[in-house]
Amino acid sequence: MSILINNNTRLVVQGITGRDGGFHAAKMAAYGTNVVAGTSPGKGGQHAGGIPVFNSVADAVKIEGANTSVIFVPAPFVKDAIMEAADAGISLIVCITEGVPTLDVVEAKRYADTKGASLIGPNCPGLISPGKSLVGIMPGNIFKEGSTGVISRSGTLTYEVVYNLTQKGMGQSTAVGVGGDPVVGLYYNDLLKMFQDDPGTDSIVLIGEIGGDAEEQAAQFIKDNITKPVAAFIAGVTAPPGKRMGHAGAIISSGSGTAKEKHEAFIKAGVPVASEPAQIPDLLR
Amino acid sequence: MKIHEYQAKELFTHYGIPVAEGIVCRDVESCLEAYRNLFSEVVVIKAQVHTGGRGKAGGVKVARSPQEVEQYARNILGMDIKGFKVDRVMVARGVNIASEYYLSFVIDRNSKSVVLIMSREGGMDIEEVAATAPEKIFKIVIDPLVGIPDFLARKAAFMLFDDFDIVKQAVPLIQNLYKLFTETDASLAEINPLVITKEGRLIAIDGKMNFDDNALYRQPEVEALFEPDEEEKREQEAKSKGFSYVHLKGKIGCMVNGAGLAMATMDMIKLYGGEPANFLDIGGSSNPNKVIEAMKLLTSDPEVNVVLINIFGGITRCDDVARGLIEAFKHLKTEIPVVIRLTGTNEAEGRELLKGTSFHSADTMSMAISKSVELSKNRG
Repeated sequence: MSILINNNTRLVVQGITGRDGGFHAAKMAAYGTNVVAGTSPGKGGQHAGGIPVFNSVADAVKIEGANTSVIFVPAPFVKDAIMEAADAGISLIVCITEGVPTLDVVEAKRYADTKGASLIGPNCPGLISPGKSLVGIMPGNIFKEGSTGVISRSGTLTYEVVYNLTQKGMGQSTAVGVGGDPVVGLYYNDLLKMFQDDPGTDSIVLIGEIGGDAEEQAAQFIKDNITKPVAAFIAGVTAPPGKRMGHAGAIISSGSGTAKEKHEAFIKAGVPVASEPAQIPDLLR
Repeated sequence: MKIHEYQAKELFTHYGIPVAEGIVCRDVESCLEAYRNLFSEVVVIKAQVHTGGRGKAGGVKVARSPQEVEQYARNILGMDIKGFKVDRVMVARGVNIASEYYLSFVIDRNSKSVVLIMSREGGMDIEEVAATAPEKIFKIVIDPLVGIPDFLARKAAFMLFDDFDIVKQAVPLIQNLYKLFTETDASLAEINPLVITKEGRLIAIDGKMNFDDNALYRQPEVEALFEPDEEEKREQEAKSKGFSYVHLKGKIGCMVNGAGLAMATMDMIKLYGGEPANFLDIGGSSNPNKVIEAMKLLTSDPEVNVVLINIFGGITRCDDVARGLIEAFKHLKTEIPVVIRLTGTNEAEGRELLKGTSFHSADTMSMAISKSVELSKNRG
């Protein structure tokens, strides 16, 4: 089993005629994802790598039955793309694009809420249910089918952790990159709940980093609601205050959002914290 | 991105938010002239720097005579506040304060929206109030699809003020500050303190604004106010090459793909007893030119005595990364030892390619970091 995406996922790629959109559409299709459509206004009727292109997400939903979208359009157009997907009745919208203005995300997320759509990202690597479906830019070959759920704010750090899990024979039910921006869609608590309810998941890895207090809230949420084993890792112990560490959301402001606070919150909630990614598999056993 | 108080107040004025009048000055002479032009016996001389805690550092002084203006201006101009050198001050009209309040809009990660934050504890460090007396802070989450209708602005104003005359002044102030916030893609718009004067007027005594870096492309007027310090200039230069870079004080230069892995690499260096010299995320590609640029950036720091390259090959395969690195180092002449760790897709092929080169190749992150720390210590 898995969460959010599986064999029933029918994916539309927004921005399929762009360089990244086209490249990753092909990668996702090669992995086995049902990539049923792409969109690019004005290019409806064309094909991109054998995938039919539509003028709108609404057409992709009507004609191809798309239920999930992945967004590769440039940052200035992301707000519109999210709202278009939500309006068309897409239930899961995954936004890969980075550098999106925060207020655009605030508005688009709120609009998606009113339409009952879930958003993942922006500025995220997407998600994968190994062996079933890949939506985003994750390298499918490092993942393995299994029963560990992974939630992360980062891309390559997730791969590092997954790689360690896979090498120790621990496959993944679903791995989700929630995105590195201050405001993004689904977050730790939403996903922790989904993994708790998923019979195919029997343990969870949470990969956090500096900035905000979502890890502290997740620690409390785990203590109150999660019965499956959870292990955590927090990046940014050495990050200086007031500096953005690559991700727009990875910043220690006014002394809060530090790795130390997050670490302590997890320990207090009984969640073991790895001091390096290679320790994670052992913490889940 | 941060701007100065006087710049924030100019934006406030533009949006109809009343502020204490002030003039920005770069030398003592202009301060005296400003004092004369303000026709106010009492003025406040305020350092304009991109940091808080100016008052505690002695960067804000009340002056009641030309002699005092001269003396304080002389003291404050050139002063160092938390590493920021004061090159200009604001000479602001003195205000008869009856009471002080706090009011701000900020992007809130948890509600994923803009939040209006208010308190009757004005003039204080709001984080301290939040920590010690959270009940004294009011928060209203703004629905971005609705904004702030009159009723909501009134509701907010009545939380802060008892006098209806003040509430009537506060309603447009709250709405205008929100308008300013959204129209300029701010991440913070703060008035602390917002005061009621003895004459019954509501005005902003101080103003602070931060802006969303991701939105600067559509805010040219805001971007024009950007005054990078030395570190920020270096970071900006790195950004123009597609890197995220933050300078630190250690000796092990790091080149990593991905922000999270880059942070984890720094953390592990520290954990293994070394000191990272920087955060550097080179992004997704293995383009040799990018590696050359990154090496130039790392080796421009005289403290760096070892370079650690930690790459997770995902979509970009490790053998391609290895070829890119070998190509790049043909063009680089450096004495500094380089430790490389490649993992992920085609890692065996990648490592095979690195055999027989002058690189120290390591199979795991742990091995790469131990090796880097050891080399760094041996080189002093």
